[in-house]
Parts: sequence; structure tokens; C-alpha cells
Amino acid sequence: MQFPKYFNFWHKLGMHSLRLTAWAVLAFLMLPILVIIPLSFNVEPYFSFTEGMLAFDPDAYSLKWYAEIINDDKWILAIKNSFLIGAAATVIATVLGTLAAIGLSRADMPLQRMIMAILLSPMIVPLIITAAGMYFFYTQLGLAGSYLGVIIAHAALGTPFVIITVNAALSGFDYSLVRASLGMGASPSYTFFKVIMPLIRPGVISGSLFAFITSFDEVVVILFLAGPEQRTIPRQMFSGLREQINPTILAVAVLLVVVSALLLLTIEYLRARGERIRTGQIS
Amino acid sequence: MSQAELTAAHTAASFNEDSGVDSGLTPEEKRQSKRNLRRRKLIATAFVIPLIVFVLIAFIAPIGTMLYRSVYHPTVAQLIPETLQALQSWDESGNSIPDTATLNVFAKELHYLAKERRSGKLAEEINRGLPGSSSTIKSSARKLKKLDEATLTSEGGEHLLAAKKQWQDVRIWRTMKSSGEIFTDSFYLTATDLTRNEQGEIVARDTNIYIKLFAKSLKIALLITFLTAAIGFPLAYYLATAPAKVANTLMVFVLLPFWTSLLVRTTAWIAILQTNGVVNDFLMALHIISEPIEMLYTQFSTVIAMTHILLPFMILPLYSVMKGIDPSYFRAALSLGAKPLSAFCRIYFPMTLPGLSAGALLVFIISIGYYITPALVGGTDGQMISNIIAFHMQSSNNWELAAALGSILLILITLLYWIYDRLVGVSNIKLG
Repeated sequence: MQFPKYFNFWHKLGMHSLRLTAWAVLAFLMLPILVIIPLSFNVEPYFSFTEGMLAFDPDAYSLKWYAEIINDDKWILAIKNSFLIGAAATVIATVLGTLAAIGLSRADMPLQRMIMAILLSPMIVPLIITAAGMYFFYTQLGLAGSYLGVIIAHAALGTPFVIITVNAALSGFDYSLVRASLGMGASPSYTFFKVIMPLIRPGVISGSLFAFITSFDEVVVILFLAGPEQRTIPRQMFSGLREQINPTILAVAVLLVVVSALLLLTIEYLRARGERIRTGQIS
Repeated sequence: MSQAELTAAHTAASFNEDSGVDSGLTPEEKRQSKRNLRRRKLIATAFVIPLIVFVLIAFIAPIGTMLYRSVYHPTVAQLIPETLQALQSWDESGNSIPDTATLNVFAKELHYLAKERRSGKLAEEINRGLPGSSSTIKSSARKLKKLDEATLTSEGGEHLLAAKKQWQDVRIWRTMKSSGEIFTDSFYLTATDLTRNEQGEIVARDTNIYIKLFAKSLKIALLITFLTAAIGFPLAYYLATAPAKVANTLMVFVLLPFWTSLLVRTTAWIAILQTNGVVNDFLMALHIISEPIEMLYTQFSTVIAMTHILLPFMILPLYSVMKGIDPSYFRAALSLGAKPLSAFCRIYFPMTLPGLSAGALLVFIISIGYYITPALVGGTDGQMISNIIAFHMQSSNNWELAAALGSILLILITLLYWIYDRLVGVSNIKLG
């Protein structure tokens, strides 16, 4: 580490201990996630390191928990459900959220602040309250225990994230482009798809990824609203952790970490791209 | 220009249009501009309407239903409608039980309930208001079930009084009358450890469950907020002052946990903290401890797992605020002779407060209503208010009490959310 010349011993000590603390906190953030990776290859049905694993004995490691996932109908159904419900909820949330964010970004929008607060509230209200309320209400509508009910619920939970990211993408948006397009005779829908969308696309995509991960990771609403048919991966993990803990859950967890890492990389790429679009460094 | 400035400029513009201050426009042009403004408002609204309708139906209506359920309780009114009708004219503040006609009506209704096997439900409901009355109702129902209708119409009351001496007691009738109210505050009273005494006054309950649980949830949430701030601050500072390349790389280590499934992270903590888990194995291998420590299924495990899960919510707003602070202020303070500590406390730290308060409020709001992690790693000691709501929803089937507890929690969250909106602005929330 390079220090300015005027730094005395105490300054340097302070900087070193700061760096040490920062790295310790980073370790605290990352280690729990890293620890499950070797544990998921444990040949024994435990959640802990065996002596063989610590000695790097190849026989102590196995892929059998991963095979277990593929051979278990329950897990396969859960994986299918997670992607199906997630995709459907994402489509609804993205379409409605993007339109709303465009409307809300206009200064002409009446009651802007209040509407924004209401539309973002699904993100803030504790899930247990949302889930209980949805259970009461959706049961009356006959939507409890159905795919439609779960999809609607997850779409509602995902919309705030779409609004936030699209809103951010629109923050530097130049509305004279829209006026120019309309003025030159383009139809409103042509203007929307050919002028507005290309400029806010990174925001829309990262918003939809947030909406997807929200649904993909959600378990409380599923616990209350879904029937056995609609069990998702987190729901299956939840009951696994409560009833019979075995390393299949760790194998699933590792696969989920891989999915998160891929999503994270996509989002970061999109963000960098969005930044360049806003600052005009890309055509 | 920020959103607020835009709005201000816009308001100023429309003010000029309305007030007729010499704007150099003809009346026709003014009308035209008003029409345009209305049209623009309409278009903006048209974009938002679909989502508003969707959120109203899919989210706000369920929350409304829950609020309604917390005060609406028609069960008793549906079980014994005629008795409640007859009890209308009875003076519950007196010391005499209702007249014979009312007793006859009730005997008849109890007879029918027993036949339809619904007397147990009534017993359960009345027992909530007056513990011990369940057996009175159940055994009387069994006896009245055998009688025929004619007997009940003429002398049902006598049989009722003969069945159990508790019917001579004015308290059970008071309880029945008050339980018969369709709209009730009794679940809110229960949720705040209060009850009504025989005179109908609100008094404290002997057992202190829910207030204690609310207090414990607040305490855990505060502790987690403090911990995330205490360990998030140095990291955010380090990231904000590090060279861009280093900071961007290290940021991945903050964002990956943020993006990783909550259940995955909770699973990881179970693997780490359990009796034969990583921490215990490690400490035993180093001979620091000889017996494994019980860490999982305690309040400690709830706090540490939730601190881990919520830490990114503290780091991200802190980082983005610190990033915007010009380091020359701090250097200026140093070169003007301030001690580093005092320069930090008086110059740098106050400038980070917007990020710190945003992060703290966010972490506090999220942690106060947390359910999954306490449910999985909390044991009995680490349960929070959400867990008791889930318990009343799923196991004890006391939905109204769950709704009342949920409503109190919701009011608390709404208040915090409102503060957050005033302080930070909900539209300023940034993700990732």
C-alpha cells in the first residue's frame, strides 16, 4: 500500500487495521457461501467435514448428492416450478413495471410521490404479512393452491424492482427524442419500441432479472399459497431443512449459487452498458 | 436537474399559466396550453394505471383483507344468532342472569349445534373469553342433545341450568354477549397482552407474551442494525477509498452474497454452526474447547445469520454515499491541524450520515419482519414476531389473532417506511 509522505506511524497503523477489518468483513460475507461447496461433495450423509475430506482423500468426495437431485421427482418438479413461476411472474412484472416507470418519470404525473410509495410497498411490507393477507384474499377468489395465484403474487412482489431499475435508466432520458420521433410522423408504438426501448433496455433487463430472482428465491408466500403441485426449489429446501437434513440440500444450494453468480455477472455487464448509454459513449 | 427541481419548475410554470401574470399569451393560447398539460397528465397516468390496478388487486386488497380480518369475527354471531338477539335486551352490568325466555332460546340453539356437531366450535370461542367455560358448554350440549324440541321450547332453560351450575354465573352470559359482537377489538387486546375484566374494563393480562415478543423482535432488529453498521462501515469506507479496479473486484464479494438465495445462506449457517459443524470442529481441533458449543437454534444463530444476510443492504447505500464524498475535505482538515480521529468524527462521518441512515432504516425494516431465518435457525429462543404470526396462521388456526399481530407490525413498518421516504425518498433506492 502506498502512503502519502506526511503519514506518521499511527496513520499507517490505522490504514493497515482498516484494511485488515475490511478483508475480515469480506471473509465473513464470502466464507459461509464457499464452505458449502466442498460439503456438497461429501460422501457421508452429513453437513460437516469428515476426516477423509480434510485429508483430501478422493474417496471421501462424491457426486452422489447431485445424482440424487436428478433422480428425485420432487426436486425435478420443484426445479420446473421455480423456472415456470419465475418466468411467468417476471413477464407480468416487467411489462407492467416498465410502463409504470415511464409514466412515473414524467413530471406531469399527478400524485407522483404517493403513487411511487404505494407501488414500491410490496418490497417493504414483511413477507409474512403479505403471505397471510394473500392467503385470506386469494382463498376467497379460489386462487390459493393454483399456479395462477402464485404467479400473480410473485409478479406483485417483483414489480418494485422493475420500477426502480427502469426509473434509474430513465433518469437521464431526453424526452425531446420522443417529441422528435412523434413530430417526424412515427406512431406512438413505433416510437416506444424504436426510440425509448433501445435506450432503457439495460434497465428493463436488469429489472426483470431482479423480478426473476425475487420469485426464484421467495418461499414465505409459497408456504401459505401454494399447494403440493406448486412446490418450488426454496420451498423444497425449507421442508428439507426442517424435516430431514441431508447433503442433497447442499448440492441444490451450490447449484443456486452458480445461478446467482451468472445473474450477477449479467447485471453487472448490463449496468456498465447502461452507464455508457447514458453518458453517450455507445451508439 | 433532479426530479424535485423539475417538479418545482413545472409547478412554477403552471402557476404562471393560472394566475394570468403577463405571460404574453393570448387567452386562446392559454387554453391550448392547459389542454396540452391535461393531455400530458392523462398520457402519463395511462402508463401507470395498469400497474396500479394490478397492485391494488394482487397486493393492497390482500393487505386490506388482513386488516379487516383482525376486527371482523362473525363466528359466534353465526353459531347462536337468536340467543344474541334475545340477549340484546338483557342488562349485562347487573348481577342477574338473562330471563327464562332467553335461556330457552339458547338451550334450543345449543341443542341444534350439538346435533350438527358444531357445539365444540362455540365452546372454543367462548373459552377464549372465559377460560374454563369450554367444558360447561360441551357437557351441557351433550345433555341437551337428547331432549326433544317441545321440551326445549317450554323448559329448555331449566334443563340448561340443571345441566351445569356455571349457567347460574352471570360471567358466562357476559362473555357470550361480548363474543357475539361481529366487530371486535378483542384480538388487538390479546395481541397487546390486554383483556377485558368482568366489568368490561381493559386490564393487563397475567401472561405477558406478545409485548415481550414485540420487544424482543425490536431488540434483535436493533442489534442487527448496529452490527451491520459496525462491520459494514469500515468495509464500505475501504471500498470507497480503494482504487477503482480493486473496488470493483471486491464489490463482487459483496454482491454475490446479496444475490445468493436466502435459503442457501441460511443453509450455510446451519452447516457452520451446528453441533458437529465447521466452527465447533475448528475450535475443537485447536483445543480451544473440549465440548461442542450449542450455537444453532439459539438467538445467537438468528442474529449472526441475519447480520450476514442483511449486511449488503447496509454496505451498498453507505458505499454509494462515501463514493460521492470529496476526499479533499478530510485532507484539508488534516492539513489545517486536526487530529485524524477528530477530523474523521467531525468532517467525514457527518457526510456519511445519509448513507448510514438509509442503510440502517432499510436493515431495520427488513429485519423486524423476518421470518425464514429465525424459523430455521432460531430454535425457541430466537423466534421473532413473524414466527408467532405464522404459528397462529398454520398451527393454532387463530387467524384473527395472526391478523391483529400482523396489523400492528404493519403499522410499525409503515411508520418506518414513511420516515424512510421523508429522509431518503423511496424513489432514490438503488439496487446493486
